[in-house]
Amino acid sequence: MKGFLILEDGTVLTGESFGSTREVVSEIVFNTSMTGYLEILTDPSYAGQAVVMTYPLIGNYGICKEDMESRHPWADALIVREYSTLASNFRNEMTLDEFLKENDIPGISGIDTRYLTRISREHGVMNGLITTREDFDLEEELKRIKAYKVEGVVRKVSCKEKRVLPGDGFRVALMDYGAKYNIERSLNHLGCQVTVYPAYTKAEEVIADNPDGIMLSNGPGDPKECVEIIEELKKLFATDIPIFGICLGHQLMALANGADTRKMHYGHRGANHPVKDLKTGRVYISSQNHGYVVMEDTLNRDVAEVSFVNVNDGTLEGVHYLGKNVMTVQFHPEACPGPNDSEFLFKEFMNMMEVAKDA
Amino acid sequence: MPKNPNIKKVLVIGSGPIVIGQAAEFDYAGTQACRSLKEEGIHVVLVNSNPATIMTDKDIADEVFIEPLTPEVIKKLILKVSPDSLLPTLGGQAALNIAMELDECGFLKEHKVKLIGTSGKTIRKAEDREAFKETMEKIGEPIAPSKIVTTVEDGLAYAEEIGYPVVLRPAYTLGGSGGGIAENEEEFVEIIQNGLRLSRVGQVLVERCIAGWKEVEYEVMRDGNGTCITVCNMENIDPVGVHTGDSIVVAPSQTLGDKEYQMLRNSALNIISELGVEGGCNVQFALHPESFEYCVIEVNPRVSRSSALASKATGYPIAKVTAKIALGYHLDEIKNAVTGKTFASFEPALDYCVVKVPRLPFDKFISASRHLTTQMKATGEVMSICTNFEGALMKALRSLEQHVDSLMHGDFHKLSDKELEEHLHIVDDLRIYCIAEALRRNFDPAMIHDITKIDRWFIDKLNNIVQMEAALKNAESLDRDLLLRAKIMEFPDSVIGQLIGKDEAYVKNLRNEMDIRPAYKVVDTCAAEFAAETPYYYSCFGSFNEVEEVNNKKKIMVLGSGPIRIGQGIEFDYCSVHSVWAFKDMGYETIIVNNNPETVSTDFDIADKLYFEPLTEEDVEHIVELEKPDGAVVQFGGQTAIKLTEKLNKIGVPILGTSAENVDAAEDRELFDKILEECCIPRPKGDTVFTKEEAIRVANQLGYPVLIRPSYVLGGQGMQIAISDADIIEFMDIIQRYAQEHPILIDKYLMGKEVEVDAVCDGEDILIPGIMQHVERAGIHSGDSISVYPARDLSPKIKKVIAHYTKLLAKALHVIGLINIQFIVYEDEVYVIEVNPRSSRTVPYISKVTGIPIVDLATKVMTGKTLKELGYEPGLAPESPYWAIKMPVFSFEKIRGADISLGPEMKSTGECLGISKNFEEALFKAFLGSGVDLPKHKKMIMTVKDGDKLDAVEVGRRFNALGYEIYATRSTCKYLKDNGVPAKRINKIEEPHPNLLDLILGHQIDLIIDTPSHGIERSQDGFVIRRHAVETGVTCLTSIDTANALLTSLESGCRGDLTLVDIAKIDKEIEENHK
Repeated sequence: MKGFLILEDGTVLTGESFGSTREVVSEIVFNTSMTGYLEILTDPSYAGQAVVMTYPLIGNYGICKEDMESRHPWADALIVREYSTLASNFRNEMTLDEFLKENDIPGISGIDTRYLTRISREHGVMNGLITTREDFDLEEELKRIKAYKVEGVVRKVSCKEKRVLPGDGFRVALMDYGAKYNIERSLNHLGCQVTVYPAYTKAEEVIADNPDGIMLSNGPGDPKECVEIIEELKKLFATDIPIFGICLGHQLMALANGADTRKMHYGHRGANHPVKDLKTGRVYISSQNHGYVVMEDTLNRDVAEVSFVNVNDGTLEGVHYLGKNVMTVQFHPEACPGPNDSEFLFKEFMNMMEVAKDA
Repeated sequence: MPKNPNIKKVLVIGSGPIVIGQAAEFDYAGTQACRSLKEEGIHVVLVNSNPATIMTDKDIADEVFIEPLTPEVIKKLILKVSPDSLLPTLGGQAALNIAMELDECGFLKEHKVKLIGTSGKTIRKAEDREAFKETMEKIGEPIAPSKIVTTVEDGLAYAEEIGYPVVLRPAYTLGGSGGGIAENEEEFVEIIQNGLRLSRVGQVLVERCIAGWKEVEYEVMRDGNGTCITVCNMENIDPVGVHTGDSIVVAPSQTLGDKEYQMLRNSALNIISELGVEGGCNVQFALHPESFEYCVIEVNPRVSRSSALASKATGYPIAKVTAKIALGYHLDEIKNAVTGKTFASFEPALDYCVVKVPRLPFDKFISASRHLTTQMKATGEVMSICTNFEGALMKALRSLEQHVDSLMHGDFHKLSDKELEEHLHIVDDLRIYCIAEALRRNFDPAMIHDITKIDRWFIDKLNNIVQMEAALKNAESLDRDLLLRAKIMEFPDSVIGQLIGKDEAYVKNLRNEMDIRPAYKVVDTCAAEFAAETPYYYSCFGSFNEVEEVNNKKKIMVLGSGPIRIGQGIEFDYCSVHSVWAFKDMGYETIIVNNNPETVSTDFDIADKLYFEPLTEEDVEHIVELEKPDGAVVQFGGQTAIKLTEKLNKIGVPILGTSAENVDAAEDRELFDKILEECCIPRPKGDTVFTKEEAIRVANQLGYPVLIRPSYVLGGQGMQIAISDADIIEFMDIIQRYAQEHPILIDKYLMGKEVEVDAVCDGEDILIPGIMQHVERAGIHSGDSISVYPARDLSPKIKKVIAHYTKLLAKALHVIGLINIQFIVYEDEVYVIEVNPRSSRTVPYISKVTGIPIVDLATKVMTGKTLKELGYEPGLAPESPYWAIKMPVFSFEKIRGADISLGPEMKSTGECLGISKNFEEALFKAFLGSGVDLPKHKKMIMTVKDGDKLDAVEVGRRFNALGYEIYATRSTCKYLKDNGVPAKRINKIEEPHPNLLDLILGHQIDLIIDTPSHGIERSQDGFVIRRHAVETGVTCLTSIDTANALLTSLESGCRGDLTLVDIAKIDKEIEENHK
């Protein structure tokens, strides 16, 4: 069956439908990772977005469910050049096509994803419609496509109830704005007892549980939409509890401290982004997925200093809050997919908690 | 950190002659690195014994020494030029070994030379088996259980302990020389004896066999600040057990999930950090196909064949960045030249699939075993890029130029199912075609996987190609959808035509009617995330085109020479690159088309546009349709490019330089004979034939011996000397393995002096830079002969005749550009034996030693300039005050079962140069550069054919005078003794012990002189002797002329004190000489 991708600029690309045949309007974003399609599909930060994989051969090693980064896929759709009908891996449980069908996620193959990426790069991120209907009225659809906005996604992806991952070490409160599993796994792996809180949990409740540290997770959407969370973060910041923020968590903490964010032209999504540690000069390759960024010049230098920058475009990648046990990064030390060069940041967070406990 | 200000003068060591396992990739790396250093204002001194390389051009380095790569020579060079630093990581294993030796003995420290890029400690940790093992254990990186042994007995005991099969890897050898997998004790003993001998330190690693695991490589970079990145990972389709150089390789890995990918990436970075490499490094892994278990197979702390491949596959210039890191730069300070925006501290993202296929030399060595093992056998490789695996594979296969354009190849269709299944067990270069046939017969893919251990994913992809063959075959009519799908899989029009029962033109027309055309995409390192500035393209179907028309300059297309193979080597890449530079110099826009990832020509900053594509008529036509070049150049790309002349003409692309008709006239026997007749130039009598019967008739008319060969080939492919009807029948069978479009030539064979000339002609005047004379008499392929410039024993009269004939022929053939002519001087008469109106393999060498930029001139005359305008006096150029001797270098030890005896078919893989004002010294250097370092034990064996016995006496006498003890077989021994040369009789191989073989295996023999009676004589004694000589590392000469040359070099006694010549200043010296 044919599948169509209609972009808000009127571009129509034709391919083959796979996975679900459901129709969806979404924000079309590209990811340059060559592996890790399952992790990407199940990353809650993609809620409200359809993902284009720039690597042309997707699905080669099938679906290994233990690699999922949340309960189920969040991406609205998957757009690929070619998907593999044969899944070859010793852990494989099903093909990509079967997985998408099972989760009612539409896919399109046979798309010139490089061409699509170039359009996104030049035009900036765009909305699109994915459909199998051949008889669409372009003008009508474009209205609908243009009207689409990624909204209310943090509430959608966050857990509804608090849950606890047992551990003997530090007690960490993980604020789930759309957390990838590997954040709690990484902390748990270091011995932490991780309590996962719904995104809109009041600061008082978290503080009352007396955690050794607070972890602010990644998540989807426009950070400025999360007004209530930002208010709670101000309260958390005011305590002396060590805080480590990733991605959306990083942006929200910056907003809580008076900085501003902006939507990027097409964002950073991939597993090859170099970030430079300004302390050591060393560069780490990081996994990234963000469409918004904290504007460096809006950062109050009395409160915060830049700890990491992106080597490619110079954008802000990390902040250290002066005189506080608070650090945040725009990239993903939890990797999955992508390199875990910056995994050491979890250890740094452990040190922060250690120091705070001794004090 | 910016550049280290203490580094001002850097010595770069090249990799020496092209041999199997160390090929053109190091010219690419070295050239790129030298340019990168010069760009930083560094004074670069380069040493490499290989004159066919671009890196040894005076434009590439400030001082260039084409000298033998031995520790003694490098020491001498260091004393002469006093560099402050030595960069050893760009010249392969050869350079690394020398650097380490100089470091270990304290020489570098004593003379204040710093190793940059990688320290001696790092090299040792990576290269010394025991140190490597310790290092890996320290950082918890798994390696296969293994032990280093120095004796056969210890090895056997360990093999018993870990159980067969076991892998053997000698320490410090090239391309895994002498290694292999032993299934049992007998094989073990055979391999380990050889391995112990080949290892520089007499060590062999015996290790658990992990054959069948996935083989995955990572190319990683690290700077002095500890920043590490991976440039690319690659997966071998052939599982562990086949040398990665002989495997079909895909980039990036296809069957690894993110968990596996990152696990191995972490390991690679962990290793490079622990080793402290500063620059590029290659890490090879074996990954268990059914668990996360992995082993580190090998680490190369230098640029390598894989890094060249990774550079071309991603657009990330590893050698260039390595050079910058060596100067002290950090990765985030080095701009990514492809995007012009990002920095070297990021990891390339690919949005296409790359396939590399090795070019194996079994078409040259028909007697050799085709089995692929851990011993590399490929002479070169091709790479292709496509948006899908099937397409990339199909493109790569047809790039090989081995009469293959699909998976339908070989005789597998003739096998029964049972035979086919058995054949699947054979690991050779044809395995992929065997699998395809099995899929065609609906063999269960799971079974194919069980037998071959090739991942199911790859088998599935092969199956897609096979299914497409069937779909085309069964199609009632070719609809657009099917045709498009076939083209997306890169089925050539010719193959589609063959499958649907129509001709190529039909498919092409249909395709054009349906508007199915290739699109060209950019290789940009970043999957289109950033706008790329580099025009590096590949084609694919069913896509949007990205090539932009921007230039209004005149556009020239230069066709490259494809994979490195015996007979068509790096020389042609040298010529292609220089031609591109000359066109650029004149303000043209240049386009290069080539498919060889190892070469300089496929570096994206050589031409204005690079099309990484197969060099077939269809692929080139597609590019022409898009680019509409104003002209094309075929003279420099060897036979690969020449073969495209007719097609280019047909589609209306003007061929610059000598016209197609005249190229034809040189190859077409009748036309050529007519020209010779008109010019009154004699040639050996001969005729053309198509059938065996005709051949026998002609041979008998001419009288034996005769020379027999196909037309339109390079490197004398299929050329033989026949002395009987039986030979003719045998050779005709070999030639006719492939359908011959052109007739077969049979000539009277004259055993005279062979002389060769390269010349530039502008249509009016001709410039002959020099006359070269071969040491070996006619009958040995010019590429395998020792070549001496200036010609040593030709009378001025003969030289004049040669110059005159050259001029006559160039004018008669209306040559514009290059011409190469081979003559025979027989009884004071000059005969023409071959004319090639194109570049030849001697062009780089003769350019360098005469200081005349031959390719540059040839390119410029093609655009209408005259030699006089270019400042050159026509005629035979004045002779250089230097003797320059080109010595062929062979790779016989790598190819089991190949006959090493020399004949009219070329067998050498590379060459080195000896240059000096003194003839004997030049000869000595040439031998030394090729690895002949004598005397050692002063014992030798002689066994010569009857025709050589008279000459053998003099040879024997001279060796005896040098103190050599001569062993000889019965008749040779008697002949020597009868003529007063002391010799010891030794039994032939089939005679009782002690015999010849015992003597060879006793490791006391320096040299064997064995002149074979003629042709192919596998079953005979000589073949066995020569193979044993090669496999035990004994120098073996098969021509009396070579033996005489060696004697001249040894007798000169110039061993100790060699003078070193800076090639970069030679032209000035010659100029002053003649003022």
